[in-house]
Amino acid sequence: MNAFFVWMTVAKIVAFVLFILTGGALMVWVERRLSAMMQDRVGPHRANLGRFRLWGLIHILADGLKMMVKEDFIPRRADRLLHALAPILAFFPVVVTFAVVPFGPTLDFAHLGAVNHEGPLFSGPWATTLQVATIDVGLLFVLAIAGTGVVGAVLAGAASDNRFSLLGSLRAASQMISYEVTLGASLVGCILVFGTLRIEQMVLWQHQHVWGILVQPLAFLLFLVAGIAESKRVPFDLPEGESEIVAGYFLEYSGMKFAMFFLGELMEIVVLAILLTVFFLGGWDVPFLFADGLHVDLPFLDTWVWNWPHGVVVLVQLLGFTVKVGAMVFLQMALRWTLPRFRYDQLMDLGWKVLLPLSLGNIAVTAVVLAALR
Amino acid sequence: MATAYFPILLALAFGLFLAVAVWMLGHFTGPKNPTREKLIPYECGSETTGTGGIRLSAKFFVTAILLVVFDVELAFLYPWAAAFGELGRRGLFAMLLFLAVLGVALLYLVRKGALRWEE
Repeated sequence: MNAFFVWMTVAKIVAFVLFILTGGALMVWVERRLSAMMQDRVGPHRANLGRFRLWGLIHILADGLKMMVKEDFIPRRADRLLHALAPILAFFPVVVTFAVVPFGPTLDFAHLGAVNHEGPLFSGPWATTLQVATIDVGLLFVLAIAGTGVVGAVLAGAASDNRFSLLGSLRAASQMISYEVTLGASLVGCILVFGTLRIEQMVLWQHQHVWGILVQPLAFLLFLVAGIAESKRVPFDLPEGESEIVAGYFLEYSGMKFAMFFLGELMEIVVLAILLTVFFLGGWDVPFLFADGLHVDLPFLDTWVWNWPHGVVVLVQLLGFTVKVGAMVFLQMALRWTLPRFRYDQLMDLGWKVLLPLSLGNIAVTAVVLAALR
Repeated sequence: MATAYFPILLALAFGLFLAVAVWMLGHFTGPKNPTREKLIPYECGSETTGTGGIRLSAKFFVTAILLVVFDVELAFLYPWAAAFGELGRRGLFAMLLFLAVLGVALLYLVRKGALRWEE
């Protein structure tokens, strides 16, 4: 563990947190603008800095400032400690899930201009994997951290001394734990195909063979649905169903503490998009682009190879990763503004009677097919 | 081993720092002007009666128990799936049997009405 390793780790953590925070803040804008577009409205565009309006982007700043200068009060009979702890526990898991997710292949600072013939993952004195932590149970880490998200929601509702909050937190708890089973089970199919729990190896497999969505299409759908249910957004937003329980479990929160729940939910969109990208859309893989440059198979001719410098390849792959994440974010946003809310019994039926049997079936079929192919 | 998990520790510390920093920002900026009406539970304007505690449906408890059953059994699937390549045919049939038991358990729960939410 040398100084280079430590500083690169710090740099990667800061880069990834900034990516998710910026993404979450941008979501505030995207959500309002996109919903306006889909409903044939103009959307927010009044906030300005002098003559600059930037298509309403200034509204992010305005919202942030407003949250900060709002009074932050605690209900008289609330449990003050748990009430204070809940937003932290809801916010924390969202910003640490990234720790095992690779956002690019290995980057070697000593050979940025040279052509890399060693493949995407290698080691060297000035090489660093574009992933905060490469651990052997990366996927379990993701599931474990994602599973703790429910604690914040439950505590928020239980500590607020408000019946609507309590109902909201109960709904949140039973919804999140119901869909957590499917969330975990859908990934077992991926582990079977990729043969590893290491996320960087999963991406590498997809880089060398095909994207996960082509070999596990059902798992992709199951993971997407369960992931949206975990983030408690429409059509699964019953924990905060405005027409029934006002705002659900964060009803008694104001100012920045409310913003932590709100921003946490929006950042979860980005995190889910990142996970979908890594498990099913090949992560940093860009079609035809290999570690040493472009490879295109031409009919009746040899493979056409165009060598690119190492730095350019990695940059394009990082760009590819970002584009895929953006596409998955857009998909979730489009779903959110298209579908109506479920009824609670429908939600539970979908989770336990449709998604869970499907995910168990997916595991069995995948295992049998893999054994038959062997 | 320690080297592999050091970044995790760093990331967790950073995440905690960020969460606490945002929390502090909200706690110490902004006015503090509590009044009696502001601090009573918000129930859309109607006078609140009694305490925040209410009787809860036992359905939620059943759901929690179900999670324990299925999530714990799911934990057995991960090592099996990761080692699937080396396990051969015996590993396949053992886990198919396990999945069948899980399926039967689910079927039993459905027939028993443990998952019925509408009355």
